[in-house]
Amino acid sequence: MMPEISLNVLDVAQNSVRANASLIEILLTVDHARDLITIVIKDNGCGMTKEQLDTVEDPFFTTRTTRKIGLGIPFFKMAAESTGGSFNIESTVNVGTTTTATFVISHIDRMPIGDMNCTIHSLITLNPTLDFVYTYDFDGLAFTLDTRQFREILGDIGFDEPEISQYIMNYLKENSFEVDKGIQI
Amino acid sequence: MKSLEELKAIRERMQHQVGFRSDSGDDQIRVVVGMATCGIASGARPVLTALSSAVQEKSLANVSVTQTGCIGLCQYEPIVEVMEPGKEKVTYVKMNPEKALEVVEQHLIKGTVVTKYTISSAMDK
Repeated sequence: MMPEISLNVLDVAQNSVRANASLIEILLTVDHARDLITIVIKDNGCGMTKEQLDTVEDPFFTTRTTRKIGLGIPFFKMAAESTGGSFNIESTVNVGTTTTATFVISHIDRMPIGDMNCTIHSLITLNPTLDFVYTYDFDGLAFTLDTRQFREILGDIGFDEPEISQYIMNYLKENSFEVDKGIQI
Repeated sequence: MKSLEELKAIRERMQHQVGFRSDSGDDQIRVVVGMATCGIASGARPVLTALSSAVQEKSLANVSVTQTGCIGLCQYEPIVEVMEPGKEKVTYVKMNPEKALEVVEQHLIKGTVVTKYTISSAMDK
């Protein structure tokens, strides 16, 4: 099990990287009125066939070759469903995959969201050639980070340059604070 | 609120610095953190953050920190591998941010392998 929801996101987003996606969109919505946290991870990678999709929630299905067990998706699914939430994956070959998980905020078994900024920052700086769109919506107030905007400004300067990496972390922290006022869920 | 204007200012500044980083040097050290499910679940993210920040703060231009998938030794995660040209790969196991900073200080800067955290010493126990 992952101790934070944000770690599940980091883990499951790696599947999109391995699926050769060029654009990964991550949406985090906190909605107290509906008592629900929703996470959507959408990519434009290679997608999965119907047969693969049927087996993907099975721990004994994995595409990696180092061992025969894959726990990323089962962990995420279990974390969501154990709160009374839901879990769904939709995929089309050569179009992409969308993973959606919902968590009931007030449920005792719900893990904290954790450090989502750190997860997004790690994904961006570790995969500097991929584009990420991250939207954080907290009770209707939202901000969006789009690395395509960064890229347009930066030209050939990489996201892993220390100064840029630091800017991206501060951009995440300051804009997240604008929408959630530092409230940790 | 952080704006894109600030990023433009950083770019202006950086464009005036020529060759701000030497990525292709012969002495390039690669530090690789295992970031599969097993690594992340056992705490690889804070280790990676500690390594990247320390390398940035100390301006170690010859060190690049990257990630890899499951190395196949899940019980020893978080795992950090250090690869230096012409030297044997060093595998550090059961890492945490404090140990990672020690590796930066001793191994990456001073060139001394921190043997107490390597996989060979973990297997001897």
